Amino acid sequence: MVEQEGFRRYIAHIILWIGIAIVAFPVYVAFVASTQDNALIANGQMSLLPGGHFFEVYYQTIFVGTSGSTREPVGNMMLNSLVMALAIAIGKIAISIISAYAIVYFRFPFRMPIFWIIFITLMLPVEVRIYPTYKIVADLHMLDSYAGLALPLIASATATLLFRQFFMTVPDELLEASRIDGAGPLRFFWDTLLPLSRTNMAALFVILFILGWNQYLWPLLITTRDDMQTIQIGIRKMMTTNDALTEWPIVMATAVLAMLPPVFVVVAMQKLFVRGLVETEK
Amino acid sequence: MQKQAIFQSKLLPYALVAPQLAIVLIFFYWPAVQAVIQSFLLQDAFGLSTSFVWFENYVELLSDPAYFETIVRTFFFSFAIAASSLSVALLLAVMADKPMRGGAVYRTLLIWPYAVAPPVVGVLWVFMLHPSLGVLSRYLRAAGIEWNPLLDGNQAATLVILAAAWKQISYNFLFFLAGLASIPKSVLEAAAIDGARPMRRFWTVTFPLLSPTIFFLLVVNIVYAFFDTFGIIDTMTRGGPGKSTETLVYKVYNDGLIGGNLGSSAAQSVILMVMVIVLTGIQFRFVERKVTY
Repeated sequence: MVEQEGFRRYIAHIILWIGIAIVAFPVYVAFVASTQDNALIANGQMSLLPGGHFFEVYYQTIFVGTSGSTREPVGNMMLNSLVMALAIAIGKIAISIISAYAIVYFRFPFRMPIFWIIFITLMLPVEVRIYPTYKIVADLHMLDSYAGLALPLIASATATLLFRQFFMTVPDELLEASRIDGAGPLRFFWDTLLPLSRTNMAALFVILFILGWNQYLWPLLITTRDDMQTIQIGIRKMMTTNDALTEWPIVMATAVLAMLPPVFVVVAMQKLFVRGLVETEK
Repeated sequence: MQKQAIFQSKLLPYALVAPQLAIVLIFFYWPAVQAVIQSFLLQDAFGLSTSFVWFENYVELLSDPAYFETIVRTFFFSFAIAASSLSVALLLAVMADKPMRGGAVYRTLLIWPYAVAPPVVGVLWVFMLHPSLGVLSRYLRAAGIEWNPLLDGNQAATLVILAAAWKQISYNFLFFLAGLASIPKSVLEAAAIDGARPMRRFWTVTFPLLSPTIFFLLVVNIVYAFFDTFGIIDTMTRGGPGKSTETLVYKVYNDGLIGGNLGSSAAQSVILMVMVIVLTGIQFRFVERKVTY
């Protein structure tokens, strides 16, 4: 038996708490700053204890926004981020699961070339083809639109590969059974395959939602109108003004609000999150 | 890779792959081809005429010492971020791997930073270490350090590396935990019976058995440092002061958008593409090896 001395265990606990403190500290500072008076922060006199402006600052952030730099309520930015994240997650899952279904359950000319065309997209993130993509989206008149925000980010193969892998493990007997019941391909997909894929879809959804919510470079390029900004872009614009004029409590409240949904998803759906993370990285 | 039981249909499979194929062709292949074409073109200063210049953009780039510096800087950032984040995460994972009270709570409290967006990470860290108002800068100054990352390039680089490593701890921690869980306890027990102390057990048994995980994470961390640091850098330093925190991706953005030099920006994109393909290739070869491990 491997020994478990009490002393070593204390050390483990202590190290873990130090780790947690390091990980949590920047966020704690942001929260504390979001409840304090701007003048105090700008003077470098910020306290490390929460101040008394919590409701005031968050009310202004969500419903009014900064008075100088963005002039857009952060509530609206969050709505844009939400729409974009949902469109990316749902869109990617929807188009991937049907194309994986075709590739696994049918034999048709150009099946493998099509598979490879999709597979190769795995290799290149949007960052390396950013300007040409921008130009195409502009030519299609999709700047400042939800479609322009989401569609280019849907073009990737991870989900397709994941579903393909999963379908390969589904026993053939299921298909034969449903065929005996007189089910056609669409029926089989809807009644048998989709319910079986539920956990995979949920795990993937969690990961894609977080990735979608956190998109930055792409929305930065293609949104010009104030009312189309996502929350990540809003934060940057709030910091553009001269440091002395930055409304720090609002910036920090926005940072906290930007973290809240994805962090909530990770904590509340931890099992699905871990599963999705491990599977998409394979 | 083919099912035995399949459906017969002429049109249905095409209808099913059509949406993904359309999106991939329009938003992936078309722009990728455009990037390659653009990288062979040169636009005059007013954008009035373009001419085909073969490899001039590439030659100019690769003979430019500034570009070379950016490459070196990006790799330095990548290794610094990977090394610091991996070692902290490994230490925490080894501690959390012990059977102990509250293990699940520790895990939850350590994994959530994965969900924090890079630009937010940048804002959090720049605020903490802002020269005039940061809460930590006071202590640095009290310790006699002249802390001003807005002016000092090395300090700015340190700040970016710290922030980027901080975000990546949670990801590495999770994969290390999974890696540690897959090491058979019997091997460790055998080593313990042979009289190996915990430290020795770690270096002679655990660490070698973790090497596939470490290698995998190293590649993932480098790719992360290449691309996902964009948001961190953009909210923290905008590549400055000078060029001290400009990475390859940031330079593509800067030269294309602000400099208006599309040909050079496209050539840089193509070079980046090649780098990513090489990295992904290494990762795939490695994943294949892991299967037979």
